[in-house]
Amino acid sequence: MSTGTGASVPTLGHENYLNVSYGVKSWLLTTDHKRIALLYLVSITLFFFLGGAFAVLIRLNLLTPQGDLVSAETYNKFFTMHGVVMIFFFLIPSIPAVLGNFLIPLMIGAKDLAFPRLNLSSWYIFNLGGLFTLYSIIRGGVDTGWTFYTPYSSLYSNTHVVATVVGIFITGFSTILTGLNFIVTIHTMRAPGMTWFRLPLFVWTHYATSLIMILGTPVVAITLALVAVERVFHLGIFNPALGGDPVLFQHLFWFYSHPAVYIMVLPAMGVTTELITTFARKKLFGYHLVAAASFGIAVIGFFVWAHHMFVAGVSPYAAMIFSILSYLVAIPSAVKVFNWMATLYKGSVSWATPMLYGLGFIGLFVMGGLTGLFLAALGLDVHVHDTYFVVAHFHYIMVGGAVMGYLGGLHYWWPKISGRLYPEALARFSAIVLFVGFNLTFFPQFILGYLGMPRRYHAYPPEFQVLNVLSTAGASILGIGYLLPMFYLIWSMRYGPVAGPNPWPATGLEWQTPSPPPPHNFDVTPVVSWEPYDFANRPDLKYPAPAPELGHFQPAAQD
Amino acid sequence: MSQAHSALAEQFRDLEQQREASSLGMWVFLVTEIMFFGGLFMVYTVARAMHPAGFAQASRHLDVTLGGTNTAVLICSSLTMALAVYASQVGRRRMLAGFLALTIALGCVFLVIKAIEYADKFHHHLVPGSAFSFAAPEARPAELFFSLYFAMTGLHALHMIIGVGVVAVLLVKAWRGRYTIEYHTPVEISGLYWHFVDIIWIFLFPLLYLIGLKR
Ligand SMILES: [Cu+2]
Repeated sequence: MSTGTGASVPTLGHENYLNVSYGVKSWLLTTDHKRIALLYLVSITLFFFLGGAFAVLIRLNLLTPQGDLVSAETYNKFFTMHGVVMIFFFLIPSIPAVLGNFLIPLMIGAKDLAFPRLNLSSWYIFNLGGLFTLYSIIRGGVDTGWTFYTPYSSLYSNTHVVATVVGIFITGFSTILTGLNFIVTIHTMRAPGMTWFRLPLFVWTHYATSLIMILGTPVVAITLALVAVERVFHLGIFNPALGGDPVLFQHLFWFYSHPAVYIMVLPAMGVTTELITTFARKKLFGYHLVAAASFGIAVIGFFVWAHHMFVAGVSPYAAMIFSILSYLVAIPSAVKVFNWMATLYKGSVSWATPMLYGLGFIGLFVMGGLTGLFLAALGLDVHVHDTYFVVAHFHYIMVGGAVMGYLGGLHYWWPKISGRLYPEALARFSAIVLFVGFNLTFFPQFILGYLGMPRRYHAYPPEFQVLNVLSTAGASILGIGYLLPMFYLIWSMRYGPVAGPNPWPATGLEWQTPSPPPPHNFDVTPVVSWEPYDFANRPDLKYPAPAPELGHFQPAAQD
Repeated sequence: MSQAHSALAEQFRDLEQQREASSLGMWVFLVTEIMFFGGLFMVYTVARAMHPAGFAQASRHLDVTLGGTNTAVLICSSLTMALAVYASQVGRRRMLAGFLALTIALGCVFLVIKAIEYADKFHHHLVPGSAFSFAAPEARPAELFFSLYFAMTGLHALHMIIGVGVVAVLLVKAWRGRYTIEYHTPVEISGLYWHFVDIIWIFLFPLLYLIGLKR
């Protein structure tokens, strides 16, 4: 290896992106992708807990069959705001805008993203959109569901649809610009020797994600803009009474919003790939297949949207085609899962915290994916459509998948981001709490949905109460699993042990520079001469002799 | 490159890498623009398929002469923009400034004609909303047509206004000698944008103005 930076002194004394300048202005006007990533981290964490607060209110209301906490109208607003905030202001930006922003330039050996000022404006655009949505929440919220189905959203609803829709429209541009920045950066900014097939799979999945961002987001943006225009000027584009077509809205909405699920889960797959190979200490099985599968998912994902509309009156032939195409997405997804399994097989698996999240991701994603196949089946979908079965399915993908990936990645790269290690025992404990809490919350919802409990109702027949109480109990455990990392990660920024450049150790370029990285990432432009994940042929990586003990995790000595 | 060009941003190795990145960035941006307009074209297609007669009748209320003139104006502006890019490539500063100025002028002519058309629609109660009036059987489809007419040409006009602003900035910088044979990427990628906006109009014109013509 030839970077000359792998053996830096493992203290935080060196000049890095955190201590190079101080003050609010140096952060709000920064063009450093690493600082912008942290700005995003703060923004989306706030939105996560806001969306989480709505989830708490929903679960509290569902403790009793008659829905004692709030009225049906207020309940409609709760699940709408929960969905809007979590999807558009947390899940979509989560891994790309925080981890992708921080890591892509480091992983490909670049000084920054191709367009640093554009990157900063993306963050401002994101927050501007967020302010519109906050305004609508403060003024009383929206009750249309996060799907904004017309003509309810464009004509009948008396809530603040326009402000929310404008907020999502604006935020969409931050997503588009982030995707654009990533694509251009990956194409043009790679270090010498960093060929396409030496890129970490985290980068490949972000490339595929960026494609969805730039192709899908504009469509939902213009669609929601038309809803706002229709509402303000009383037009009839999506209103059957005025000659328009409400199902057209659903087509356009899901053309983005199905692929949007892959904006959330593809980056999480990228994170999981890194975690599995690093903590199995074994070269990734089937690198090219895993890379290609990301694109398979992204491309096929654009042709399955009408599986959300099987009961909305699409023709039986269209429904059959969309059903078959939806099954096809399972192939590249399964390719990834089997490659992870094959990587673990005969690997030297360690149970570090990020690995717990990685394994958790695989289990929950498989559950979510397989139940997705149930929903892609035309007959079964009619039975479980708009029930808690659907709610459980997409929470397994979006929370069990995407959020597990996000937290796993946050732990894995936290030493790089902060320069310090978090308390390992506590982190493992909270990962397990999270896993248990998640399953307790959402598994009962599969049963509820199968038994016929519809989603989006604030009251339900008494025979469903036991499962609902279980779910609410699980949610409180899940909440602890989310709160703990926030506290100990913040704590570790000051009191955690110094991590050194490559604590795990892992093979990526990002681990060849000091932690936290210097302002321009590398002291010398790295030249890459090794294949990806080639643990066996990397004498520069030294492993701690025994697998780390619970609570006594020792970073690898670097020299 | 041994000594850094003053236009070289710090994240790039050299001007070549910077040019590649900017140009790819513009192409990717235009792809998102296609999807953006694509949503509107999709809505148009579905609405017209549902109401072919109403759309044709409403279309006859558009002024083909003004629309045709505007098409010619935009095609000319694409030519002047292409010549401006050529001038920047061969490093001829006055020629560059001249063609940029001409492009701005043609862009403004387009916008003025568009404004005249909008005003005319307003006078004839063809703006959707409470004041909209149209002969009875096709009133609903016609309102739909004009909703889409204003949405699509309005979004296009917004892109024209942005384009004129961008070219105006280029003009000032070109006049000051900012662009040379080595560095003229902004002119090139703004040219891409300008041509894209023109092409959108090439699709809008027949779909909106010509579908009502007698065969
Ligand atoms: Cu879907």
